[in-house]
Amino acid sequence: MTETKIALKNAGKIAAESFTQYERAGGLNAFRKALKMEPLDVLKAINESGLRGRGGAGFSAGLKGKFTDESTCRYCGQKYIICNADEGEPGTFKDRAIMENDPHLLIEGMLIAAWAIGATKGFIYIRGEYTESIQKIQRALDNYYTEGWLGKSFDTDDDFNLDLEIRLGAGSYLCGEELTLIESLEGKRGYPRIKPPFPAQHGLWKKPTLVHNVETFAHMPFILENGADAYRKFGTGNSPGTKIFSVSGDVNRPGNYETEMGISLRVLIEIAGGMKDDIPVKTVLVGGAAGSFVSDKHLDISLCYDSMKKIGGVLGSGAIMVLNETRNLFDFMADIMEFFKHESCGKCIPCRVGTAQLALMAQEIKILDKVAINAHLEKMQSEAEYIAANSLCPLGASPIIPISSFNQHLKDKI
Amino acid sequence: MQIQDILKKHEASIDNLLMILHDVQNHSAQSYISESDIAAIAKYLNTTKAAIYGVVEYYSMFSSKPRGKYVIRVCKSPVCRMLGGQDILNSIQSTLNIPTNGTDAEKRFTLEVSECLGHCDKPPVMMINEDLHVNLTPEKIDSILNHYRQNKP
Repeated sequence: MTETKIALKNAGKIAAESFTQYERAGGLNAFRKALKMEPLDVLKAINESGLRGRGGAGFSAGLKGKFTDESTCRYCGQKYIICNADEGEPGTFKDRAIMENDPHLLIEGMLIAAWAIGATKGFIYIRGEYTESIQKIQRALDNYYTEGWLGKSFDTDDDFNLDLEIRLGAGSYLCGEELTLIESLEGKRGYPRIKPPFPAQHGLWKKPTLVHNVETFAHMPFILENGADAYRKFGTGNSPGTKIFSVSGDVNRPGNYETEMGISLRVLIEIAGGMKDDIPVKTVLVGGAAGSFVSDKHLDISLCYDSMKKIGGVLGSGAIMVLNETRNLFDFMADIMEFFKHESCGKCIPCRVGTAQLALMAQEIKILDKVAINAHLEKMQSEAEYIAANSLCPLGASPIIPISSFNQHLKDKI
Repeated sequence: MQIQDILKKHEASIDNLLMILHDVQNHSAQSYISESDIAAIAKYLNTTKAAIYGVVEYYSMFSSKPRGKYVIRVCKSPVCRMLGGQDILNSIQSTLNIPTNGTDAEKRFTLEVSECLGHCDKPPVMMINEDLHVNLTPEKIDSILNHYRQNKP
């Protein structure tokens, strides 16, 4: 298997700033086609493609669109569309690749989704540190406005028009969670909301809101242009399509690689140039800080939502952090726990206190002897389970993922 | 630029708050949002100072305390740390003779650490204000900092 490109099909081939080059590469064919279809048929195509949210949770993009569409009638009230570009999961840099190389594709995806659900106003929420992405997206938005595809001048039979704006994050990992992102968009602190209700019913300003990750939107033009069946030819039955994997760590060519879902870790590492200095793999952390450790025994596992779940793991954002045999696992674990401690917002006490406790325990473990280490790891696991069970948002439920997968797969590597 | 001139660029709607805060801080010679800025923003958006202050303190990119003209943010994600991030941090600390979160005597640099900056393919990385610096080595630090000392007074 090699690379198969859908979201990155134009990356490096056209100038990111050029609307003309984007159009010449087939850009806007999909949206033109969507405009001739009934909105419900657009939703149906996305649903039938089996596209799953690429932000990490893997929820069906079709269902999300359907729920937002159904929560109020097309002409009865305001609906919003939001692109989640607050990429902050450690080890993940795939959304940046789309925004920096093909910003027009992302916006075309948003146009298609907005047409499908009847949204007239949208936001692209980009993390404040992504200077280049912000500039490229702004340039692309300006192009769409100038060409008349965004804003009032755009005229169709259905009087569809969409306004899109950039909003910036300011260094909060939690704002990558959709309801917290909405709080932040409303000008507030990034505290998570209780769900349900989900954004599809009560989103921005309590209106129905469709929130998708950058990569999810970037798949929609392909699906509309070529049909759901063509999309399903890629990937696995339950995880169709392609995925951008952000490969980092001890490989020769770290970077973003878009392949079909279901590629094996072994092949992916080969695509990334193989192991640096030929030192063998000790472990791979799949999916970011809120991701799962796998050992060198799992190199042939297929990277898709289901097979990762089978070994008690997650695919997450597609971050692939590769560690070679010389690396100290406890140093790495301590950095991850430090991350959760820093990013816990403090709203739920079990998470606020518990993540600090885990960070401390991850430091303590470095000075223990082998017998004590095992007991200490068990203690960390039960602490993390307690946090997960008693916190509101996904952050509290995250530390248990690396810790339990560490205990499950890496005990013999200590 | 005066605070009122900055405010005028943005519609007086609370959902613009983060954009306003970025704008105000970027125009501040000391990279921060002062108490009088907070009061002016609260008045402009017709809300309380406490609401603004809460937002400033929550987000790690904002500061309500004066900092250097250049804010250095060294990435401390697991990947950057594994591939030399700590050496970079140490090197900046000793070059500027300041601890993490400290500001140098000339009030030119403040050193901070940041969670993952999203450039794990080119570790270790840091940002200085809006500029990104990748594939760092301790040897490169002096010349990078000198660039900010000389070219951008």
